[in-house]
Amino acid sequence: MAERVVFRSVWLPWLLVAPQLIITAVFFLWPATEAILQSTELPDPFGLSTQFVGWDNFDYLFGDRYYRASFLTTAIFSLSVTALSMSMALLLAVLADSVVRGSGVYRTLLIWPYAVAPAIAGVMWLFMFQPSIGLFPYWLKVLGYEWNHVLNPGEAMSLVVIASAWKQVSYNFLFFLAGMQAIPRSLLEAAAIDGASPWHRFRTIVLPLLSPTTFFLLVINVVYAFFETFGVIHTITAGGPGQSTMIMVYKVYADGFVGQDLGSSAAQSVVLMLIVGVLTVVQFRFIERRVHY
Amino acid sequence: MVRNNSLATVLTHVLLIIGIGIMCLPIWLTFVGSTVTRAEIVHPPLPLWPGDQFLTNYREALFGGRQAPVLQMLWNSAIMAFGIAVGKIAISLLSAFAIVYFRFPGRQLVFWTIFMTLMLPVEVRIVPTYEIAVNLKLLNTYAGLILPLIASATATFLFRQFFMTVPSELAEAARIDGAGPMRFFKDILLPLSRTNIAALFVILFIYGWNQYLWPLLITTDQDMNTIVMGIKRMIPSADDYGNWPVTMATAILAILPPALVVIFMQRLFVKGLIESEK
Repeated sequence: MAERVVFRSVWLPWLLVAPQLIITAVFFLWPATEAILQSTELPDPFGLSTQFVGWDNFDYLFGDRYYRASFLTTAIFSLSVTALSMSMALLLAVLADSVVRGSGVYRTLLIWPYAVAPAIAGVMWLFMFQPSIGLFPYWLKVLGYEWNHVLNPGEAMSLVVIASAWKQVSYNFLFFLAGMQAIPRSLLEAAAIDGASPWHRFRTIVLPLLSPTTFFLLVINVVYAFFETFGVIHTITAGGPGQSTMIMVYKVYADGFVGQDLGSSAAQSVVLMLIVGVLTVVQFRFIERRVHY
Repeated sequence: MVRNNSLATVLTHVLLIIGIGIMCLPIWLTFVGSTVTRAEIVHPPLPLWPGDQFLTNYREALFGGRQAPVLQMLWNSAIMAFGIAVGKIAISLLSAFAIVYFRFPGRQLVFWTIFMTLMLPVEVRIVPTYEIAVNLKLLNTYAGLILPLIASATATFLFRQFFMTVPSELAEAARIDGAGPMRFFKDILLPLSRTNIAALFVILFIYGWNQYLWPLLITTDQDMNTIVMGIKRMIPSADDYGNWPVTMATAILAILPPALVVIFMQRLFVKGLIESEK
């Protein structure tokens, strides 16, 4: 931390940090500690007392077929969301970067979907794909395909992936566009004079120079898919059919609030905290040493 | 200038328009769905052009009150979004000021405690946070909607970063002129941070408005629901046709405030987004 201390007071700095520290202690540290404690306890069936059980909740959790399945579901879900939204955004950013006229209008039209909440995105995509009234199932039926994500696990997964990815395209687009506009034009011009085709210029100049942005977005998108897509899942599939769209964050909620299995839910919270911890460290490592060629 | 022939330019524009079409299609169809009759929705396909029921559906959504108190929910969302934005900015400004301009025992500890909140999204520690909120009697209160979401490491870091770019001579001069720390904070630091505060406000307003899981748990009373979560109850289930037009009108109403913020404060929005993620 850089030293630039000018003011001296014993009590004032504490008064200044007090609001944030109190909020952090009450709503972050206390619940996190509770989660860790609860993850080693088992309440009796009436919820009157609890018993220390050590690693039992974790043993049970990792022995649970459904929990292991939700790991896989989460992996498939977050990789698909990340790949889909980033590639769509990159394509749009390349296009928007190359137009001169109207680029402001294009940019506005592409970033405003950022304002849509994940839950509202869920409602909108549900409306479009609702098996009995949706527009897309109707068109698909005309083409001879019977769409029903309420019964078909693959279709349910595709729908939540598309809805979640759609919501994130604007964000990725904005960062890709900013990254591209930071690339010196002279580099591209020099390559063009040397006879490099647009595709060649993109592959050998733009893409490598975008790698810091790409890596950053990779982490952000995985975090988004892990933690912020709850609203999409809850409005479209509620984890179903069966457990086919039960991502880990949704399972913490489903087991803790719907299933009332507090020990297991707390153990799942602890596992998720470890995952966020790793992702945060990765992100910060990267910010220290940016990925460069 | 890298030369583009005109065919390539036209093709780029066409592709961009197709891309925008894909991106805006869900919102367009939602809007169309909010302007037609129930009968038109029950018998697919949905028309691609808005119908004439705009006023009827929006009036029913806002004032009908049969399904859910939409006007009240919009109000709750506004309070929550404002509360979170103002609260986060206020506590972050103060703590960043303390961390940058004072040396006190435990400063590093404070810094790392705040840093740790980065690792704990509310979704992760949801059950114990809910229990604590219930114990503190925060169920169905605005404080319950706002307080747990206002601690934020990113806002504190952003202000810390910014304060460190402010020349230290300014603080030095203020001190020599006999201004106390709070005077310096109010008269010099705050005015200098205006753009940063505005940019952050835009981002945090959208963040607060779009919260879903926390309001879902903390508000059991319909009159305390926020619009983004309250809409969940209005989704017709698979086997009843419900009232999709009113649900879609509510969805549009839920999108409108943050969308207007993004469109009309685009410069601040972009600045806030890019800086808060650094």
